Amino acid sequence: MIDGFLALYLFMLAAFTGHEIISRVPVILHTPLMSGSNFVHGIVLVGAMIALGEATTWWQQVIGFVGVFLGAGNAAGGYVVTERMLEMFKSSKKPAAAGEGGK
Amino acid sequence: METAKIVSLLIQASYFAAAVLLILGIKRMASPVTARSGIQWAGIGVLIAVIATFFHTEVPGHVLIENAVLIFIAIAASTAIAWIWGKKVAMTDMPQMVALYNGMGGGSAAAIGASALLGAATQSHFESHLTTTQTLLAVIGALIGSISMTGSIIAWAKLDGRMDKTFRFGGQKLVNGACFLAALLIGLYSVWHLQTQWIILFFALALLFGVLMTLPIGGADMPVVISLYNAFTGLAVGFEGYVQGNIALIIAGTVVGAAGTLLTRLMAKAMNRSIANVLFSNFGGGGASAQEIKGSQKPIEADDAASLLYMADNVIIVPGYGMAVAQAQHKIWELSKNLIARGKSVKFAIHPVAGRMPGHMNVLLAEAGVPYDLIADMDDINPEFPNCDVAIVIGANDVVNPAAKTDKSSPIYGMPILDVANAKQTIVIKRGKGTGFAGIENELFYQDNTRMLYADGQDAANKLIAGLKAVDGGGGH
Repeated sequence: MIDGFLALYLFMLAAFTGHEIISRVPVILHTPLMSGSNFVHGIVLVGAMIALGEATTWWQQVIGFVGVFLGAGNAAGGYVVTERMLEMFKSSKKPAAAGEGGK
Repeated sequence: METAKIVSLLIQASYFAAAVLLILGIKRMASPVTARSGIQWAGIGVLIAVIATFFHTEVPGHVLIENAVLIFIAIAASTAIAWIWGKKVAMTDMPQMVALYNGMGGGSAAAIGASALLGAATQSHFESHLTTTQTLLAVIGALIGSISMTGSIIAWAKLDGRMDKTFRFGGQKLVNGACFLAALLIGLYSVWHLQTQWIILFFALALLFGVLMTLPIGGADMPVVISLYNAFTGLAVGFEGYVQGNIALIIAGTVVGAAGTLLTRLMAKAMNRSIANVLFSNFGGGGASAQEIKGSQKPIEADDAASLLYMADNVIIVPGYGMAVAQAQHKIWELSKNLIARGKSVKFAIHPVAGRMPGHMNVLLAEAGVPYDLIADMDDINPEFPNCDVAIVIGANDVVNPAAKTDKSSPIYGMPILDVANAKQTIVIKRGKGTGFAGIENELFYQDNTRMLYADGQDAANKLIAGLKAVDGGGGH
């Protein structure tokens, strides 16, 4: 178990990290980044897996199952839509080539 | 015994690797060049953590194979559905998909909280001795996660057109406030008096509050709300991570919570609104609309519009969400190429909140193949409008409404806008005479130098291309 103050430091450092790494994001990436960070908290799946894995009563299994189901949806769905969006941004590096894509 | 220790160590190492990959992933997603590898790094991070968790067997006494099977079924079913749906969904519908997936994450965090709290309450759980801090964070995380879940579902339903834009009743703020306060107080009470019935009531109120809080918020403000709920889910995940003693969850959740909060503030700033204003002022539903506008909208035929374009040198295209709904971005780009071939300067002017989220319009134009150097931000393009011969507004409304600058009674007063009103001539492509997303009349459409081309976006672009070719016989020059 994590000691109270250690956790507080952890929260503080992680919060600064989160603030710092996206503070210089161009507007064009706001949507993919929101989608991407949405995927990142899909790690909640791991917590839900542990909750279900440790379940000892039927209702804990039900809650755990719901948790894992929702968490997996967050992770899988978040990944797919972010990947799809960012895939298109690749073309921005070569505007000349992108011009042909417009049909 | 030794193997158990090694396995435990390996699991911890996997979580550490996952945390590093997730942070680096977000970092890389913040730059267009590395963005795509960013999501892949983050994806590998989550995958590693998930696989490692299958070996997590720290249950004293019994390792339940049954639970492992349930976990597998839940993951397989949910992943399959979410994956297929996510692959199929149109780019225009991305914002509501993000909302939906985000709501699922919030629900998952709330479920972790529910499991821990109810387990502690019934004493049947081996981990019944949660510390006070753990219980407190479990309650707060569950509160935030629950709000995020039901709130996101409402946001999804609204953006997906499954629900009326707004829902109001007298004393709504009072009811919402009471609901939140009740949830919070019962939650806090539960920290020291864990009892099943109170915990269930707490969850019911928290879930209800998410619905109540989101119902009165209009569609125009939804991007800010989705972004806020994204940050909420992040925080909830971080808190529940503490309850479980899982550092990977704490770090990833808190990073998203902070990044999401910053992103929300950036978005609100782009719309010239504070977050509190978005949440509590009931903007964006029409309601008390601004003053009547004198004059009339002057229609134009596609052929005449094409002639105007033919004579213009500088053309600025202002796309809005309506263009994307009509799937007209490819046709508009084709029209642009026809104009460029005739020696005209063509630029796309993008409002920060064009589309449903900041940057959404850039995604849609990128999908159509519009090169980056033709796309200009609001601040760069606004000084160019006085030199613009013809501005084409397609599917945009509120973001070009001069009332934001001139009419103090307008609900969008103060929002930064594209100064299309300064262009020498404006052609507005619009399906009908209706108002925009915020339900406000637009003065620009009544200006003397504005002409309305009533047509479907694709149709209009096709006719303009044909019109251009008719003028000069299809040749370039």
